Amino acid sequence: MKKDHYILGIETSCDETAASIVKNGTEIISSIVSSQIQQQKKFGGVVPEIASRLHVEQITLVIQEALNEAKLVPSDLVAVTVTEGPGLVGALLIGINAAKAFAFANQLPLIGVHHIAGHVYANQLIHEMEFPLLALIVSGGHTELVVMKSHGSFELIGETRDDAAGEAYDKVARVLGLPYPGGPQVDQLALMSDEGIDFPRAWLEKDSYDFSFSGLKSAVINYKHNMEQKGGKINHAHVAAGFQQSVVEVLTVKTVKAAREYDVKQVIAAGGVAANQGLRKSLTAALEKEGIPFYVPPISLCTDNAAMIAAAGYEMWKSGVRNDSSMNGRPGMPLKSWN
Amino acid sequence: MIWLGIDTANSPLSVAIVKDDVLLIEESSMMKINHSLRAMPAVEEACRKADITPSEIDAIAVSEGPGSYTGVRIGVTIAKTLAWTLDKPLYGVSSLKALAFNGQLFNGLICSVIDARRSNVYAGVYRAKGTDLVSVLEDQHCPVAQLLEKLKECKEAVLFVGEDVKLYESIIREHLGKQAYIAPFALNVPRASSAILLAQSANQPEIVHTFTPQYKRITEAEANLMKKGSSYE
Ligand SMILES: [Zn+2]
Repeated sequence: MKKDHYILGIETSCDETAASIVKNGTEIISSIVSSQIQQQKKFGGVVPEIASRLHVEQITLVIQEALNEAKLVPSDLVAVTVTEGPGLVGALLIGINAAKAFAFANQLPLIGVHHIAGHVYANQLIHEMEFPLLALIVSGGHTELVVMKSHGSFELIGETRDDAAGEAYDKVARVLGLPYPGGPQVDQLALMSDEGIDFPRAWLEKDSYDFSFSGLKSAVINYKHNMEQKGGKINHAHVAAGFQQSVVEVLTVKTVKAAREYDVKQVIAAGGVAANQGLRKSLTAALEKEGIPFYVPPISLCTDNAAMIAAAGYEMWKSGVRNDSSMNGRPGMPLKSWN
Repeated sequence: MIWLGIDTANSPLSVAIVKDDVLLIEESSMMKINHSLRAMPAVEEACRKADITPSEIDAIAVSEGPGSYTGVRIGVTIAKTLAWTLDKPLYGVSSLKALAFNGQLFNGLICSVIDARRSNVYAGVYRAKGTDLVSVLEDQHCPVAQLLEKLKECKEAVLFVGEDVKLYESIIREHLGKQAYIAPFALNVPRASSAILLAQSANQPEIVHTFTPQYKRITEAEANLMKKGSSYE
């Protein structure tokens, strides 16, 4: 009988302290996420020093809960995997040092995982990956198009040149006076209107898969100021809908174009903004028309979690990737292939 | 009984292993190094040199701050993760008290100082009592001038300990004159063995999961929020 392989994943790159046990890289046995949203809310965003302080308070509890829920002990594990970067450096360091200490105490191999590789591999937890595939990663920190020809091989074909999609959502939410985190509320508002304000689309160069959202954000701010100067009232739902239409259209068109060009077997979406209803609908419809299978994990696996780190870490472990205890947090870590 | 001691509260790094009241190994470095790179390797190296496996460790002492926010968090995270997963008692020791221990033989007050920038310091004032230190002025974050005024009122000889004392040497002399003694460099090294010794005289181990650093200072974001009078929304 084949032996099962259990991997511990740890993720502390931003404002969630998370730990998870994943079996054979595809099955979640436990996934614990302790979110700081309530504590960070009053600051209107994530304060890095507070994020780090809260991670220290939660880290061992969260790992313990992941083990308890899985009914496993450390000796059942084959490796400890942890987000190495990118992210907030002080936050990353908590997960990394806990992972190092845990690995040393239990004499387990240690593996540092790229956060975006994690988001991509979240899909491995719901559906087997087939290559080549195209992944669209959209979150508060990222907007990336990645082509994978095999496990552990990443080719970054496009990324944002300024704001991440989720960042633009949060900023527009602030303009509309919505409380943090505003992204999901913009999505909600947008669904309530079918006549969006006409905001620009940033297509960039003809062949580029890169993105830019800062111009759109400025257009929303200008629109609000202009209306206010004229003494007019702005319809928040129309603004949200117009903004969302612009973001979703650019993301969808570029994704479909890349899927065609790279002749992929599947497209997957990941990251916090992949939870956006408008984006899901648009990608689903567009890719259905192309006849390309499209997968997006459930919302709990779109937002930051540790199961995705363990899922990616499992493939790294199988490929023989190992880190030693001098691993550092890498806030600007580039996405590199391990195969 | 095997103790592991860790101090990364400031730029120095110190790791020690004590077995049955014998200091087997202690490695301290005053270089400005990245604790995230060096702390865990130093722990592993000390265990290897002392020929100890992780499960043989019986208790862990860690410097809990105050000091560099990131530095102290790294030491505390390592210590609490080890203590939790090995199921061994954890003891947090004030980084200022551990540093003050270097002046244990001084006849008078011992004031350990860690720079907190902009003429502010973290400081603790202690007096030796046997192998322990008793607190005379609670560990605090304060303007250096305020600390020196309080010490002046004590009218006692004060030994200043810590690498950062040299930043304030002239103002110390100005305020305290002959009352002040400045420790020589050999006494400015935080020693993880001191943390172990002080932990041994502690009554109760920490509750591991909820154990956090002693920052002695709220974050800037919290301070700003309080100034504005709460409620961001
Ligand atoms: Zn993420």
